[in-house]
Amino acid sequence: MTIPPHTFLLYHIGCRLSVVSHFVIHLIIIFLSFSHSLPSHSPMNVDLRHIHKTFGKVHANDDISLDIPAGTIQGILGENGAGKSTLMKVLSGFIYADAGEIRLDGRATTIHSPADAIRQGIGMLHQDPLDFPPMKILDNFLLGRAGGLFPDRKTARRDFLALAAQFDFSLDPEAYVDRLTVGERQQLEILRLLWLGARALILDEPTTGISLPQKEKLFATLKKLAAQGMTILFVSHKLEDVEALCGRVSVLRQGKLVEMMTPPFDAGRLVESMFGKQVTLAARTPARPGLVTLRAQNLSLEDSRLQIHQANLDVRAGEVIGLAGMEGSGQTLFLRACAGLLHPVAGKTLVGGRDLTGQAHHAFKKQGVAYLPASRMEEGLIPGLTLTDHFVLAEKMRGVFINREAALGLARQRISAFNIKGTPASTVESLSGGNQQRALLALLQTPLNLILLEHPTRGLDIESTLYIWAKLKERCAQGSAILFISADLDEILQYSDRVLVFFAGRVSPPLDAAQTSVTQLGQLIGGKGWETLAGEAAHA
Amino acid sequence: MTDNCQLTTANRQLTTMTSETLLIGLAGVLAAAAPVIFAVMGETFSERAGVINLSMNGSILLSAMGGFAVALNTGSLLLGFLAGAGIGALVALVVAFSSITLKQSQVAVGFVLALLTRDLAYFLGNPVMGQPGPRLQSLPLPGLSQLPVLGPLLFKQDLMTYLSFLLIFLAWAFIFRTRPGLMLQGIGERPAAAFVRGANVNRLRYFYTILGGALIGLAGPIYSLSVKAGWKGTISGLDGIGWIALSITIFGGWNPIRAALGAYLFALLQWLGLALQPILPGIPAQVLQVAPFPLMILTLLLVNIGDSEWVERALAAMPERQRRLAEKILRALRAKPPAALGTTFDSE
Ligand SMILES: Nc1ncnc2c1ncn2[C@@H]1O[C@H](COP(=O)(O)OP(=O)(O)O)[C@@H](O)[C@H]1O
Repeated sequence: MTIPPHTFLLYHIGCRLSVVSHFVIHLIIIFLSFSHSLPSHSPMNVDLRHIHKTFGKVHANDDISLDIPAGTIQGILGENGAGKSTLMKVLSGFIYADAGEIRLDGRATTIHSPADAIRQGIGMLHQDPLDFPPMKILDNFLLGRAGGLFPDRKTARRDFLALAAQFDFSLDPEAYVDRLTVGERQQLEILRLLWLGARALILDEPTTGISLPQKEKLFATLKKLAAQGMTILFVSHKLEDVEALCGRVSVLRQGKLVEMMTPPFDAGRLVESMFGKQVTLAARTPARPGLVTLRAQNLSLEDSRLQIHQANLDVRAGEVIGLAGMEGSGQTLFLRACAGLLHPVAGKTLVGGRDLTGQAHHAFKKQGVAYLPASRMEEGLIPGLTLTDHFVLAEKMRGVFINREAALGLARQRISAFNIKGTPASTVESLSGGNQQRALLALLQTPLNLILLEHPTRGLDIESTLYIWAKLKERCAQGSAILFISADLDEILQYSDRVLVFFAGRVSPPLDAAQTSVTQLGQLIGGKGWETLAGEAAHA
Repeated sequence: MTDNCQLTTANRQLTTMTSETLLIGLAGVLAAAAPVIFAVMGETFSERAGVINLSMNGSILLSAMGGFAVALNTGSLLLGFLAGAGIGALVALVVAFSSITLKQSQVAVGFVLALLTRDLAYFLGNPVMGQPGPRLQSLPLPGLSQLPVLGPLLFKQDLMTYLSFLLIFLAWAFIFRTRPGLMLQGIGERPAAAFVRGANVNRLRYFYTILGGALIGLAGPIYSLSVKAGWKGTISGLDGIGWIALSITIFGGWNPIRAALGAYLFALLQWLGLALQPILPGIPAQVLQVAPFPLMILTLLLVNIGDSEWVERALAAMPERQRRLAEKILRALRAKPPAALGTTFDSE
């Protein structure tokens, strides 16, 4: 707790007064310092000098020097495995550097732990916010701040509300965190770190998994904080985020700092320094749709929170349909219904002309429907099993016993065909996110009528994203139709032929992706501009 | 006239008699639940921190025997209870060391310990088996014990039963109202998040596992020095209590108040089993004695039922008002275990 300057003045006056009033002044000082417990972040500059960190043979950070003046939003770009997290972990006290120096406000310091980091003014917002889902917001907020046996909930609550109001966050301190979206959990963490006196904030891939309005709010908040003198390190692999936000960008590649740029950013050069080579975006190829593979007819769906009323859609072979909407607007319900994982309350689902309404997922699978859930490790892959094991399980091999030779051959062939960085004996959890996703694609049987994907490229770098989509487009050319959910509107418009927008259970008619802009889509998922849509496919 | 008058007096006598026996019976239920409460609170602390102490059944037996043996040889009840707590803490230390430091499976280690300590109790207990020993005396609280109904029910108990009342409240207040209690919830829920908030996760896990073990260990001597005084080897009737306590911990949703209700429910069912025997002669005695166990399974089922899909579908089919009510009941019954229960933590 910092004592505000004018209290010292009071103190000086107090010295000249009698003992009694001296005592009173003391009380006032104590009172003032309590009532001023809201942090006012004095600026701090963060200077990393010659940071080295190796893991075995991997030089994860190779002589990285980065001096960030207070009030800067510093972007850190790099593909998966470039060393971004390692550098941030060094700065936030999770790991020690092998060599190098951290200077805060010009003073060399050692950061012993994450808790020590925040004591020194460095707060970190993790990609998956480190909070306690079953606890109340207020308890999450106050836990970790020093204090007596019984937490002072009243003060904490007052400070929380004051801080939240400052940034226009509407969070109810009595609500439970497991009811919040990722975006709101980030807001809570930001407030908590500010309350603890953060003067520099590290954000690790913060735009993954949050909606567009939340992203805009986050960016506005970060800009406001930077204007107040906060030093911000923004780790990302998304060029457009960095361009929209950062005042400076550094690029890491294979553990080295290879580029430092200020606006205006040359996107081509940034991509080139990220990958060390030119990467071009695939040109949009309009689909030549074929027969109807999936027909959703007057489909009504519901779960405990949401209802979709009479949605209609025809999906044709070879086309890609993007499902846009904020988290929990109904797109997941719809996708799961198409996979036979959720039974409709009313209406029909036909696959390849056959009525599969009310049948189990297995029946859909038999008709060539594949479903790739968002949680790769929880629902898609089996931790502990190797890539070979997975291919064996996916392939319908005859007999009870596994033909090791054949299985190994199959695994080798798929690993190279899908460019997976791993060996047949690698367990799936040892793979990076991009490689797990490649493995999932490699596991899909051929041929398929319909591929359903949830967030196919979430958390992946540009190269992996491009690769995944190239593979998916190959499938389309072979006649599969694709339905996918994504929070990334650019991705939706880039790869879809048609787009379905969801808002609170309402479903838009299919929009032509080529005729739709990101802004328009952003408004629709926020619930604006629906009146102008001709003949809404479903009504709430 | 006189006949009639006599009849009413007799009648009155009968009713006072039965209500008195009922009170004594219920007071007995509270006392019989005391060791279960200690064990359940101990397990709740341990599991809240993320460590399952599955050794409870054997731990209670060994500490019952050990506590009795110590009290018998030293003549000190206090030393008997301390010995029980010490044994429980020691067993918990083995669980903690093997799971937190050696990163072995808590379930496997706990299960083996449960069997080992149980056999050890029977084997080492031979010399003191069947011997008459000291016993905790009841301690009527002056004044309070004279209250009608509440007096005989609550205030003519022994010290450990009073402490069991206190323990429920203290455990609840600690976990939900204090700062270290919140952190305790945190380390069992998401150790990484507790770590960035400055908690020394593994040290705290050691602490709470051992503390929990000591409480579990106290359950033993509460049996052998009070509720079922003495040590009678395999016919002591204590085998199985630990497993029941484990299920009550789950039923309690890791909340001391709810867990205490579970413990009282169990003790009540057991007592009813005995009390109803003369009234319902048609039912074999064994059925009534075993009845509490399947009933516990049923309650466990209720705790988790709310999450299943068929229940959700059945709810959806209900009319609005009934559905609301059913949802409310299910939600109240529902309990989620600490998310990091049974896992290990490494601060990278
Ligand atoms: N704890 C660790 N043990 C071994 N290798 C690691 C560890 N953490 C990171 N690495 C390796 O260091 C390199 C940089 O990783 P990381 O900093 O996570 O990259 P990024 O955050 O840019 O994706 C990678 O090759 C990764 O495999």
